[in-house]
Amino acid sequence: MLEVRDVCATAGDRQILNGITITVNAGEVHAIMGPNGSGKSTLAGVLAGRDGLEVTAGSALFKGQDLFELEPEERAREGLFLAFQYPVEIPGVNNAYLLKAGLNEVRKHRGEPELDAIDFMTLIRERMKLLGMDDSLLNRPVNAGFSGGEKKRNEIFQLAVLEPALAILDETDSGLDIDALKTVAGGVNAMRSPKRAMVVVTHYQRLLNYIVPDFVHVLSDGRIVKSGGKELALELEEKGYGWVADEPAAAV
Amino acid sequence: MTQVATSPDSYATQFARFAEQTTLPVALAALRDDAFGCFDRLGFPTTALEDWRFTNVAPIAATTFVAATSAADYSRAALDALRLPRLGGPELVFVNGSFAPALSVTDGLPAGARAQNLAAVIANDAEGITPCLGRLARVDRQAFTALNTAFLRDGAVVDIASGVVVEKPIHLVFVTTNGAEPVLSQPRVLLRVGAHSQVRVVESHVGHSEAPYLSNTVSEIFAGDHAVVDHYALVREAEVAFRVGSLHATLGRASTFSSHTITLGGGLVRNEASVVLGGEGGTCTLNGLYLANGRQLVDNQTTIDHAQPHCNSHELYKGIIDGRSRAVFNGKIIVRLDAQKTDAKQSNKALLLSEDAQITTKPQLEIFADDVRCTHGATVGQLDGDALFYLRTRALSREQARQILIHAFAADLLGHIKIDAIRAQLDALLLERLPVRVGA
Repeated sequence: MLEVRDVCATAGDRQILNGITITVNAGEVHAIMGPNGSGKSTLAGVLAGRDGLEVTAGSALFKGQDLFELEPEERAREGLFLAFQYPVEIPGVNNAYLLKAGLNEVRKHRGEPELDAIDFMTLIRERMKLLGMDDSLLNRPVNAGFSGGEKKRNEIFQLAVLEPALAILDETDSGLDIDALKTVAGGVNAMRSPKRAMVVVTHYQRLLNYIVPDFVHVLSDGRIVKSGGKELALELEEKGYGWVADEPAAAV
Repeated sequence: MTQVATSPDSYATQFARFAEQTTLPVALAALRDDAFGCFDRLGFPTTALEDWRFTNVAPIAATTFVAATSAADYSRAALDALRLPRLGGPELVFVNGSFAPALSVTDGLPAGARAQNLAAVIANDAEGITPCLGRLARVDRQAFTALNTAFLRDGAVVDIASGVVVEKPIHLVFVTTNGAEPVLSQPRVLLRVGAHSQVRVVESHVGHSEAPYLSNTVSEIFAGDHAVVDHYALVREAEVAFRVGSLHATLGRASTFSSHTITLGGGLVRNEASVVLGGEGGTCTLNGLYLANGRQLVDNQTTIDHAQPHCNSHELYKGIIDGRSRAVFNGKIIVRLDAQKTDAKQSNKALLLSEDAQITTKPQLEIFADDVRCTHGATVGQLDGDALFYLRTRALSREQARQILIHAFAADLLGHIKIDAIRAQLDALLLERLPVRVGA
């Protein structure tokens, strides 16, 4: 699904990613953990095509295509989804309108007919149940005036509607209380499938109690310094990030 | 020999001929003569005048436009091609400033409400309008108003008696079209609304002409006590056109007035709106939206005069400025000594879509009372890069994302428009006019 090889990236003058290599296959959930400033969000941004980040070395293949050759919307239409750490408030743009426009772009790209208003609403209502959302959020402007929890729920709701092949969740747990966290994680779990891969970026192990990963990677100073199974997350929780940074392998 | 036959007559010659050919009652003739005297004395404004510092009308002054004296041949098909909103009520159509009865619908008004053309009113009941014409739009202040008044001939006169609610909007359509010489179209609007009455009046200013023309309009609105008046000016002049429009309104006690000026077309457009809150407890809303592109210049000048206590005013102007176009906004708010408990809000927001687009914005508050609340704000910005990226990650193209965000910028203003047909049409026109630019 996704093969990232030796990717280095800069933001402005700052070198942030120093050679990231990771392979994600369909059906897998990978967690990327690391302390603040380790490059987690930059990695997510580079994969989604955020402006202002420059890939200086390395390559990424997504479903066999050169990811870095694609515009952000082409990546989205190919099935890459980024759930934002800070979802953007867009006053004046109706949430449902955005979803319908986006979904129909994806469907067009797949060669499927566009959904009409009725089919769209049927799909939407079904997906809203997953996230325990009510209609009022649909007709509000995108994220405008949403609480932190509502914004994150809205991101996962979009994921559920767009049904991407690869979902990247950037700190989806940040700012959530435990109830909201459970709801959001429940939505994510409902979307797990053998055909879909997920990359869960998080600072804390807490989210991984609810979204149990197949693999855990620890990012430090723009490199993956340790990879392992889900138990690695627990070990990190116990020992802190200092532990991996001190490992000899990390000093290379 | 007629060696200078291609050069139009000067305004003085045109005026002399016009005054000779048209007979007016004494009072109106005096107004007309005074107006031409003022125009002659004032001349077209120059950028040396503070109010015209950023709007150079030299191209208007350099051309001698010819005041049209009758409606050009104009077909229903041509009118339909303009895609004006269908408002379902009376529709008075004026071509090059002259009433076109064959294209107009004058019935459908309730008892106590009348919409007539000015030429007919001058012929039949000149005394009735003499006290009002030119009372708000003073000829000694502004050359364009003087010019309009000097050639006073036709336009719309709408009278609503006291206690009458007019359900359907009254649509005044002013079309300017090609003439042999540069056309000067100068219709006049007089709207008088009695106490406790309600009416909505929509002015559409449209044109199709490859040759430059000047559409110079003056509207005077008198709103009685407790009256509710909603006014719209929809400006879609031709690309090469010049337009100067002046709106003057005075409000009685506890009356509510709103005016929306929407500018989507015209080479040089100057919209002036001046409202006097002349009775206690009045409310005035002045909103504007403009879209400028190419080398257009759109200038909005507003004055809200709080002359009495306990009045509110709200003002929101939004501009979408692209290409090498320029916009000017000047919002003056006067709070007179007696106008305690005034609540005035003014906001002007501009979205610049290109490096070369420009806006000059100036709030101007003159406050003489001490127990008032006046706020003003101006923001100038570009499209939000984060929002663009967000939309693109949701599979929308850069172009779609831009359009959606630009439309969203205008959305709250469109939301204030209470006539569905106008709002729907503006929605569509806005999307159509939005710049399509790939890879920018």
